[in-house]
Amino acid sequence: MLKTITMAAGLSLAVGLGATSALAEDHSNEQLQPLFTYRTGPYAPSGIPFLAGDRDYLRYINEVEGGVDGVKIYIQECETAYTIERGIECYERYKNGYEGAPVAAIFPHSSGLDIALTEKARADKISIVTPGGGQSVAIDGRVFQYLYPLVFDYWSEAQIVVDYLAKVKGGYDKLKGVKLVTLYHDSGYGRETIEPLKILAEKYGFEDIQIPVPHPGDQQQAQWQQIKQAGADYVFLRGWGVMNPVAIKTAARVGFPVDHVIGDIWSGSEDDARPAGSVSKGYLSVSAFPPGTDFPILQKIKASILDQGKSDLKDKSKFGTVYYNYGIIEQIIYTEALRTGHKKFGNRPLTAAEGQWAFEHLEITKERLAEIGATGLLAPLKVTPENHRSQTVSAKIQQWDGKQWVALTDWLTADPAQFQDILYGKAEAYAKEKGITPAPVTN
Amino acid sequence: MTVTSPELEQPIALGKARGLMPQRLLIGAGLAFVFVGVPLIGNDYWLNSIIIPTIAMSLAGIGLNLLMGYTGLVSLGSGAFMAIGAFATYNLLLRLPFIPLPVVLLLAGLIAALFGVFFGLPSLRIRGFYLAASTLGAQFFFQWLFTNFKWFSNDTLTLTISAPRLEFLGWDLSSPVGRYLLVAATTGLLLWLAYNIVTSRIGRDWMAIRDMNTAAAVIGTRVANRQLLAYGVSSFYCGIAGALWAFGYLGTADGYTFNLDKSFQVLFIVLIGGSASLFGNFLGAAFIILTPILLDVGTSTFGLSDYIDQAVLANAQRIIFGALIIILLIKEPDGLARLLKQLARKITPQR
Repeated sequence: MLKTITMAAGLSLAVGLGATSALAEDHSNEQLQPLFTYRTGPYAPSGIPFLAGDRDYLRYINEVEGGVDGVKIYIQECETAYTIERGIECYERYKNGYEGAPVAAIFPHSSGLDIALTEKARADKISIVTPGGGQSVAIDGRVFQYLYPLVFDYWSEAQIVVDYLAKVKGGYDKLKGVKLVTLYHDSGYGRETIEPLKILAEKYGFEDIQIPVPHPGDQQQAQWQQIKQAGADYVFLRGWGVMNPVAIKTAARVGFPVDHVIGDIWSGSEDDARPAGSVSKGYLSVSAFPPGTDFPILQKIKASILDQGKSDLKDKSKFGTVYYNYGIIEQIIYTEALRTGHKKFGNRPLTAAEGQWAFEHLEITKERLAEIGATGLLAPLKVTPENHRSQTVSAKIQQWDGKQWVALTDWLTADPAQFQDILYGKAEAYAKEKGITPAPVTN
Repeated sequence: MTVTSPELEQPIALGKARGLMPQRLLIGAGLAFVFVGVPLIGNDYWLNSIIIPTIAMSLAGIGLNLLMGYTGLVSLGSGAFMAIGAFATYNLLLRLPFIPLPVVLLLAGLIAALFGVFFGLPSLRIRGFYLAASTLGAQFFFQWLFTNFKWFSNDTLTLTISAPRLEFLGWDLSSPVGRYLLVAATTGLLLWLAYNIVTSRIGRDWMAIRDMNTAAAVIGTRVANRQLLAYGVSSFYCGIAGALWAFGYLGTADGYTFNLDKSFQVLFIVLIGGSASLFGNFLGAAFIILTPILLDVGTSTFGLSDYIDQAVLANAQRIIFGALIIILLIKEPDGLARLLKQLARKITPQR
């Protein structure tokens, strides 16, 4: 036993230390993209299609387009199992690049990790990019120079839901007296919409009722009884994981019309609606990452990657689902940021400092989206040094027809001025608490 | 104070404490290395993602080992006491900013100890699995408490506590080296304290209770008192370990940071490192934290991902890790500490 253990220890040491230099190749003309994966752990069911989307798009870029402006993307996976500890190890492992390939930005793929990296990234001067996630206050790029909560935030989501309801009702004045229940996952993520909805309720005169569901949310009888008793008109379902299908089923059981339940962006995947069975037909949700296989870019990927057997997807039926497309969208944003950087610094791998500049000046126009073949897949995006989210936030409302999601609306854009002052005020308070001097805005 | 005449100590120290002298030397040499060597040669990666978490988890391991290995009581609530330590530290630093950091850590440990004693009360009546179940209560209670009451996280929406400014006597300890020194110094002091406790009368009482509860009572050990003390001391250690884990390592924490998984991790550290061994906790923690990383680094250095599917690799790593634990515990139930001792005996000439 002793011998075996000594040998094993020796071997593993050799793996860790010696082999690194022996097998290392030079990748200095490539751009490192460390992929923080969660192929294991409780969130693996959404992680697997999502990472397949990530990998398939990058493979398409590398093999079909010959890289981003000729610069190949060098992928290194690092498994976090969605834990913060493993994520920090991955961050430390790749923050200075790998085998000569520099890192331009880090995508942590977890909101807990994003928070944990906030201060580390500030010290290391590395951008942390979280499309569709991240902290709402990080919109203020002067305080959060290295955080990019791109594309979407829950404050805007609350507003988009209210805008949609006004549209359905035929005007904002018709919202008066409407009872809107928010059934939320009792976590930091779930609580994000409490404050914006309170403000909106005061503005438009609808009744704002907030009901929490404790994690994981596999029992909701009491909450739905409460919703029924309150005489709710609409339910805004801000769930996560198993909470979503249970909510839909319980709504049906207490006799609440499912087409008056509007899910959050994380309550609107196929895996949220399908497990609830036939009762979920008619269920609505907000969608920032639209599913579908008809987008030209998806057709290109299908032809050159999926049909060639090069896809990372094991279950081909996941192609074009919400999480797969989310991966595609994320890498479109990443590669477009690289292109932005290449225009200023030349067509070569970008360093972290150059990556930070690139993300601060990222703009994906309608025309550019059409060129990529991603019209309708993501809304136009514009980042500035002061606004690290996007000038405008848009989402669609989609409906489950029993088999798949069907978009009911085109992009609905939230009024960017609505919560601007409050969010920037919160960022300012954060800066004061932490003793951070907001960076001066320069171009 | 306790009587420590050599005549008295000898018979009891037999067997259990035989390896203590070389261990002490080892610790002495280690300390010099730890405070001078490591900060000089360690880079960000090693300090931030390997050394600091290993030391912090070792400290939690020591805490549980005092309870499990030395006193023979069980606890599945280590995570809860770590959470108390972390949240107490955060709130003390935030609300009473004039208290210096070491005092805050001490107070946080004492708060955790207080709750530890409380949740140790059932040990007076029940033992074994039933006791384990009751300590599980602590685990779920505190997780619920910290995820449901915003006050503990200063009303932040995310219910996350983030590292307050870590400073001591004007030194900023927020750099990797600074956090390392904080973690290492705290653990070093507490290790020294633990060593003194287990070799004192208290430690001997604990071991007597572990070896035979009734016999210990018959020879005049105050069993109830000592058992509660064990819970208190153990939680004190876990509490400080939790504070170090949250602020020395992660930089943030919330109610879920110290979940049941964390409690099990601490339990495995004790089992793998070696029960009733202080040094073993460091081996156990290193094993628990390093093995998954080594497996992951191994697959990427050998370029396995080019040939084998990533999902298969990620799952295989977990299987290998689990298998390693099982093999290790079957082959050497006394843990890595014993294994290392045997190795040392083999390579040093016999006296």
